[in-house]
Amino acid sequence: MTARRLDKGGRIDRSAPVDFTWDGKTLSGYAGDTLASALMANGERVLGRSFKYHRSRGIMSAGVEESGAIVTVGEGARREPNVKATVQELYGGLCASGQNSWPNVRFDLGAVSGLFSRFFAAGFYYKTFMGLPPFEWGHGTGLWMQYEKLIRKAAGMGTASREPDPDCYDHVHAFCDVLVVGSGPAGLQAALTAAQAGRDVLLVEQDFELGGDYLNDPGAEMQRLELINAVKGAGVRVMIRTTAFGLYDHGVAGLLEKVTDHLANLDPQMPRQRFWTVRAGATILATGALERSFAFENNDHPGVMTAAAARVYLNRYGILPGQKIVISTTNDSVYAAAAELAAAGADVIVADFREEAGVGLPDGVTILNGVAPLKVLGRSGVKRVDLAKHTNGSWVPAGKETCDLLLVSGGWSPVVNLSSHRGAKPVWNASQACFLPGTTSEPIFHAGSSAGIWDREDCEVAGQRAARQAIGENKKSSQPGGWKTPIRPLYEVRLPNQQTKAFVDFQHDVTGDDVRLANQEGFVSVEHLKRYTTLGMATDQGKMGNIIGLALMADALGKDIPDVGTTRFRPPYTPVAIGALAGRNVAAHFKPLRRTPLHDWNLRHGATMTEAGLWHRPWYFARNGEGIDEAYVREAATVRKSVGICDVSSLGKIAVQGPDAAEFLNRVYSNGFAKLPVGKARYGIMLRDDGMVMDDGTTWRLADTEFLTTTTTTNAGKVMVRFEELLQTRWPDLKVHVSSVSDQWAGVSIAGPKSRETIAACLEHGADISNEALPFMGVSRVTLSGGVEALIARISFSGELAYELYVQAGYGDAMMDLLWHAAETRGGCLYGLEALGTLRIEKGHVTGAELDGRVTIDDTGLGKMASTKKPFIGSSLRQRPELLREDRPQLVGIFPKDRSQRFKGGSLLCDADTVTGFGEGWVTGVTHSPALGHWIGIGYISGGAEAWKERPAVAADPVRSGNVDVEIVSPHMFDPTGERMHG
Amino acid sequence: MIRIPCPFCGTRDHSEFTYGGDGTIEYPALDAPKEDWHDAVFLRDNVCGMQLETWHHVHGCRMWLLVERDTLTHEIHSVRPAHPGLAAMFETDQEAGE
Repeated sequence: MTARRLDKGGRIDRSAPVDFTWDGKTLSGYAGDTLASALMANGERVLGRSFKYHRSRGIMSAGVEESGAIVTVGEGARREPNVKATVQELYGGLCASGQNSWPNVRFDLGAVSGLFSRFFAAGFYYKTFMGLPPFEWGHGTGLWMQYEKLIRKAAGMGTASREPDPDCYDHVHAFCDVLVVGSGPAGLQAALTAAQAGRDVLLVEQDFELGGDYLNDPGAEMQRLELINAVKGAGVRVMIRTTAFGLYDHGVAGLLEKVTDHLANLDPQMPRQRFWTVRAGATILATGALERSFAFENNDHPGVMTAAAARVYLNRYGILPGQKIVISTTNDSVYAAAAELAAAGADVIVADFREEAGVGLPDGVTILNGVAPLKVLGRSGVKRVDLAKHTNGSWVPAGKETCDLLLVSGGWSPVVNLSSHRGAKPVWNASQACFLPGTTSEPIFHAGSSAGIWDREDCEVAGQRAARQAIGENKKSSQPGGWKTPIRPLYEVRLPNQQTKAFVDFQHDVTGDDVRLANQEGFVSVEHLKRYTTLGMATDQGKMGNIIGLALMADALGKDIPDVGTTRFRPPYTPVAIGALAGRNVAAHFKPLRRTPLHDWNLRHGATMTEAGLWHRPWYFARNGEGIDEAYVREAATVRKSVGICDVSSLGKIAVQGPDAAEFLNRVYSNGFAKLPVGKARYGIMLRDDGMVMDDGTTWRLADTEFLTTTTTTNAGKVMVRFEELLQTRWPDLKVHVSSVSDQWAGVSIAGPKSRETIAACLEHGADISNEALPFMGVSRVTLSGGVEALIARISFSGELAYELYVQAGYGDAMMDLLWHAAETRGGCLYGLEALGTLRIEKGHVTGAELDGRVTIDDTGLGKMASTKKPFIGSSLRQRPELLREDRPQLVGIFPKDRSQRFKGGSLLCDADTVTGFGEGWVTGVTHSPALGHWIGIGYISGGAEAWKERPAVAADPVRSGNVDVEIVSPHMFDPTGERMHG
Repeated sequence: MIRIPCPFCGTRDHSEFTYGGDGTIEYPALDAPKEDWHDAVFLRDNVCGMQLETWHHVHGCRMWLLVERDTLTHEIHSVRPAHPGLAAMFETDQEAGE
């Protein structure tokens, strides 16, 4: 291929030269070039290396179907592999390089793998995994993992940057009446027709210019411009550089808009790409058709490309891609290109596989009828093509032609990918030798060559008709066809019984022989063929090769193509960057962060925070260089000795109001709530329908018809959803209203023997929270000094005399200032989640780690709480025999046998004699207990503490710290009678 | 992505909703025998075709909805409030409108 830039012609701007680098070499192109056209004009022929055999590859097409010119663009953090040079716009300073080769694409040492190609045939990976015959050497995972590393290194398609992506991406949502995909003759007419009928139309085009096939025909430029003006004048919203990569349910389309990928100077305010979710009333697919090749020896050599591509390079980029050109065709579509190439000064021979040409022969073009290429010669370019003809059922050689460019048109494949996404199964049309879009009941309409219509004027009419269909005015669509002489289908040229390198899927190096081998080995379903040979599984999803593969498969099976069928296309049509999918949901925005109203107050007072679900909560408050271990032990000890204050604002809070509120709670909770007096709180456990524990918390009766229910932090949302479900679907007769008030309150727990006097010091004069006025589980409204109204409840998670105090969220800081001053003067402390854990483990109180969805209320040791006098949710199914077994794992406390030892959360609890398997139970939490002076744990073990009174147990942790002998004790490890909290 | 016409909010993306479950289940009384509860909780049909199911408009009006959806095509046939009283009000409104 001796391509050269012509002095005139094309759509490039010769007054605007653009410098770029290719493999470190500085080259020059023009504004309006693609990377491929600029490389072609600079005489670069080998642009890539193939996936398995490292064969030289050059430009094969001029669009998204490209399988040869696949390169890496950008450097450092912006390095992007597998960019199709044919669609990458050229810009100043663009830096591109070849990939899958060493030292470079022109001289690649990896090409030696071509010598061993018979070992890399279809199924190589699977066969190797099974071991090498005859003795299955290397069978099994271990060795496989070793040579997998080597294979991965040798195969592949370039490497992505390992640095963080410096660019940002946006998500955008949009609506329209009619979405038109593609701006060729059919698409522009469809958009215009729908817009003129008053519809809101969105037209998207993946190219950087509107016009599709008009762009390849200089004679159509006026028509193109007029049509674009009309479309814009009719109010169509037009997006270029935007690919509709997938269609989804209910008219939803996914679009990828490339915003800055073509710019030399990046605007930091602009996202690199935008990911659009469009909801369309109807969708018109004017996605065009792709010219395909067929299989013959060396059909992948640089210098072999589609005939349509040559026309694009000539008419859009002003390049004559070869001097002595052979055009091989099976249909009418190449004759315009032949005439234009000849007029531009090339010697052109058309080798038409049909016995007679369908179109008048252009001047200066020689024609050979009934022949097709058998073999291409030349190493890194085309030097000669050997021809063959098909007589009496087999191929025989039929001369040779010297040439530097071989153009191939094996037929056209309509782009049916998007409707296939919606399950419209493509239908084989034998007379057009292509798959046409299948039918669907959804408002999706194909127009133009994507519906197998080949004539431009027919395409324009088809676009108008599709628009009428989309707006419900017409039911008739255009018929496929439009060639003067029918296509003569051709999929492979091969002398009898000859093994060749004739490629079917260029990107994945799948040959015709691979397809036959798969068939021979029994992979006769098209879906199996695809997976076994990886046909159509490369980044192009088999845009050029799939149909050849299916045809060869059909031939091997002795069937017709429709009987073999085709695989279903899946989104995306072209690759979508992960960054675009993620959008702005990265780093700190990956998930929402929830802060309590006391967040800043906690930080000002030395809190180290930890994540609890989406929440940030104080973990511990270190003093004087303490680490976490010293801090939490001190905090827990201080609570038991004087007083501690802990932010509990993240607990879920639900206002349950209405005449039937008490009845509702009575059905939801396993214990009784109907008779809870006003001014009292009660701890409750709710079960799921299947009898397992769902959540726990306290409920405060503020008035006859008004309750405040607290949930665990984790289940706040889940419990609210559950309440709404029950009230709306199951008990619609109950007059109850629920609303989430979690964010409305700032809440703290004040715990310890000095908690009462600490709070009393913060109240307005005369407020009484004595044991008589506010007994255990009492609830009351109080006023803090300065006039802030508060809710107070005497409830305890720590096992100490303790209160929860709630004020409106905005008064949180004021409450904390008061409390902290009073607590500090009494030797108190602030405490975080770690100390909270210590205090509750000492008491054997459960949290989410224990209530993991697999435990019954009896397993937690709280079975006696469940009412026997009333039914409640889960009361039936908790009586299942399996759930009543005595040997079920039950909540226990755990001490190390040697009190100086420690063990870890997550350990398995085993019988000391059989430390094996899954053991008899597990440890859900451990802590150092300052009250007991040693490490303790909480967990579950089969049969509970009673069953293990005399049985030695082991906390087994084989992969971390080893095994520790433990004693199984009651979960109530500290103050089992609860004297401290009642005091 | 399917889109659900919420009777309160209009047509919204399914990402605003959470799926509930089988909308045909009649839950037994709380004190019903565990066999009845077993059937209601554990026995589910795997419907191929139109299915009545509950959805919760959790990031919208927070109403529970009864949706008739084709499990093969995702076609949505009807949507109504799961609360029978609200559903009846909607029907009355529609009749009055006609």
